[in-house]
Amino acid sequence: MILTKERQASRRIRHLPGEPGIWVMICGDMMMFSIMFIVFLFYRRDDLELFQSSQSHLNQSFGLINTFFMLTSSWCVAMAVEAARARRIKSTVVLFRLGFACGLGFAIIKIAEYAQEISAGIVINTNDFYMYYYVFTGIHFLHVLIGMGVLAFMAQYATKGDFAPIKIGHFESGASFWHLVDLLWIALFALLYLLK
Amino acid sequence: MWLSLVAVTLVSWRFGRGFLIHDRREAGIAILVIAFIKIRYVILDFMEIRRAPLPMRIGAEIWVVAVCTAIVLLYTA
Repeated sequence: MILTKERQASRRIRHLPGEPGIWVMICGDMMMFSIMFIVFLFYRRDDLELFQSSQSHLNQSFGLINTFFMLTSSWCVAMAVEAARARRIKSTVVLFRLGFACGLGFAIIKIAEYAQEISAGIVINTNDFYMYYYVFTGIHFLHVLIGMGVLAFMAQYATKGDFAPIKIGHFESGASFWHLVDLLWIALFALLYLLK
Repeated sequence: MWLSLVAVTLVSWRFGRGFLIHDRREAGIAILVIAFIKIRYVILDFMEIRRAPLPMRIGAEIWVVAVCTAIVLLYTA
């Protein structure tokens, strides 16, 4: 990547990527999920055995694969924004599409996982642990679907070229939302799947 | 960066399975701390908060430490 004078200068100036509105949304969302995490751990203490035994029925491999999908898609999206800043239209399009593809991979695995659980008779009101599991991952899944829409739109939007600063700002906003989705999954994976 | 996140995920997952750390609680703490280290890097480098205006950067770092601490305390209490 060639460091143009423009890019060198921008590295020294403090800059929040995307529009302020998306950051209000991101912070709000993070606050909501933070409270959800705390509530989960608080009630977990009251029923440790139930939580631990229920957790053993979760498909850890699916959880792990999904984590890789999330991390990879986030990386692709971050690279897409870099490409956009360097005015590399094709790379931007491809990278947003790859990010979308990873998101799709996550969605497919998630649906397969839900199907596996439901057919084993594990549903949202099976017990408290599963209530948290379905609610948290369900809300997260909605974020994934919205994010996938955003990424698909970003890819299309990028095909039109003409990367004016305001357009780069739009890419940054969409990318930031997707990183939020990744971030939330990292926390969910640790709390629901890994913690014993 | 991606490589480190992936590597650390695998380590975390292995901790959950009893690798290296045999005490459940210690493994749990390690898993939580690793998760928040990952989250911190997603925030600083993917979300680019490292280069964001200082109040934002400081707020983000405080949030990471505060929520991680709250969660570890609740887990170990």
